[in-house]
Amino acid sequence: MELHTLTIHQLHQQLKNRTVSSVEATKALLTRIEATDSRINAFITVAADQALAAAEAADQRIANGDCQLLTGIPLALKDIFLTEGVRTTCASRILENFIAPYDATAWARLKSQGAVLLGKLNQDEFAMGSSSENSAFGPTRNPWDTDRIPGGSSGGSAAAVAAQQAIATLGTDTGGSIRQPAAHCGCVGLKPTYGRVSRYGVIAYASSLDQVGPVTHDVTDAALLLQTIAGHDPKDSTSIDQPVPDYRASLTNDVKGLTIGLPKEYFIEGLDPDVQASMDNAIAHLKSQGAEFREISLPHTSYAVACYYLIATAEASSNLARYEGVRFGHRAKDSQGLIEMMMQSRAEGFGAEVKRRIMLGTYALSSGYYDAYYLKAQKVRTLIQRDFSEAFKQVDVLLTPVTPTPAFRIGEKTADPLQMYLSDIFTIPVNLAGICGISLPARPASNGLPIGLQLIGRPFGEETILRAAYSFEQTTDWHRQKAAL
Amino acid sequence: MSITRAEIEHVARLARLTLSDSEQELFASQMSAILSYVETLNELNTDGILPTAHAVPMENAFRPDVVQASIGIDKALHNAPDRVETFFQVPPVIE
Repeated sequence: MELHTLTIHQLHQQLKNRTVSSVEATKALLTRIEATDSRINAFITVAADQALAAAEAADQRIANGDCQLLTGIPLALKDIFLTEGVRTTCASRILENFIAPYDATAWARLKSQGAVLLGKLNQDEFAMGSSSENSAFGPTRNPWDTDRIPGGSSGGSAAAVAAQQAIATLGTDTGGSIRQPAAHCGCVGLKPTYGRVSRYGVIAYASSLDQVGPVTHDVTDAALLLQTIAGHDPKDSTSIDQPVPDYRASLTNDVKGLTIGLPKEYFIEGLDPDVQASMDNAIAHLKSQGAEFREISLPHTSYAVACYYLIATAEASSNLARYEGVRFGHRAKDSQGLIEMMMQSRAEGFGAEVKRRIMLGTYALSSGYYDAYYLKAQKVRTLIQRDFSEAFKQVDVLLTPVTPTPAFRIGEKTADPLQMYLSDIFTIPVNLAGICGISLPARPASNGLPIGLQLIGRPFGEETILRAAYSFEQTTDWHRQKAAL
Repeated sequence: MSITRAEIEHVARLARLTLSDSEQELFASQMSAILSYVETLNELNTDGILPTAHAVPMENAFRPDVVQASIGIDKALHNAPDRVETFFQVPPVIE
């Protein structure tokens, strides 16, 4: 097999057996990026020289008998992760030349095993978007159909895996930003429980919702990456000090006795017929493997998008106050006075969607409106969280579509922000509840576009959703189908 | 829900954003539409419901009060748009 097509576990075996070197694998992926990325635009920065140096160092480690799971594996990161020595833009003009002084913890853990960083991936600016069109570096295109969006905000993370430009990638998920692009690009995307993975060194969008997770070719790779990045980090006070289980032990083909809930609010009229058919097919697969199904209700589902766009924008307006043109980032030239300099720097540095969300969040937090908007949304968040805890008294896992439709066309929803926001309706509730969810390839649409299946688990229920996802994957080969490029 | 241009100007000032005339107009109409949509939350009775600020219940995260090395002045100033010696430089604040 060609090196750029391998999974982490396949390449790891070859590196361990010394049948291939990390330098060879890294070169193969750099060649692949060179050959395909003019059509995809998954990368903002390709760090070829640093990648080759890291690959050489990894080969040295392997020669010395130290071949850990990620040693020598060429990966790429959403450009929201701080990486010492490789610029971090968050797809914004305001950070166009920003070189981070330290590494994000998730990346530091991979790096300490000897993983190779190929480069930094495109996304919606500051992770605000569902299509990766809101990037100062141009939109990313879906490898399955380059007229379509790859999803967002981690669109580059999913497109790079789908285009086989990286063995695997990391993204972040605030309202579906890992699961939705993974679904649109035919990859596996895992959003861990809030607090499972450190957010240290991850540029903040909405701090009570943001979570780091892997985008991979298969469920096994998702488990392997989670294994490495999960765990308490003293540098992130919201990371949870709870033991990390052996996720590989969950990779068993066994769903007997598992009760899977079907939330009726997710299977509504108007759901794309291809998506409905794909879900029916997935349910039949899991039933035939011995899983039991039960219809359940998450009654506050229809309020989740409204709730999210108040909480996320409020937190964003506060988090993005740090970009003021003083300590780092873009500074406007020739401004008169400090405040004017800040206002002008932000005007020049931020794109339209970021400005819109800062405005919305500032409004929702402003004097006289706080109770009506932000506090109300926080109370509704409690109701949404309760829906899930009630559901998980009856079932072990929830099965839903990831998105209401397959990938839409570039430009289709840019004029109407509200329509764009509503495309996240099936992923947002998981973030509000702080629980975990995985997106994996289900039966594609009749026109060949990928469709994602979402499995949702209890807080720290990653093992259960990995087990169900792995079992499903064993009966299908959709995860092996790759976009023709 | 309708947002006026005056409200947009006020919020933009709070958010430290200079907006062009066309941005003000666009955001006034888009924010009006979005705020009308989020008002569907008012259909729900939330009397007696406690707000959720964080998904995972947690107490304060304390650490031992021990001095640790910081990243140092050079790294801290490395990305500064303008600096003088070991300081960030900004436009004059007082004439």
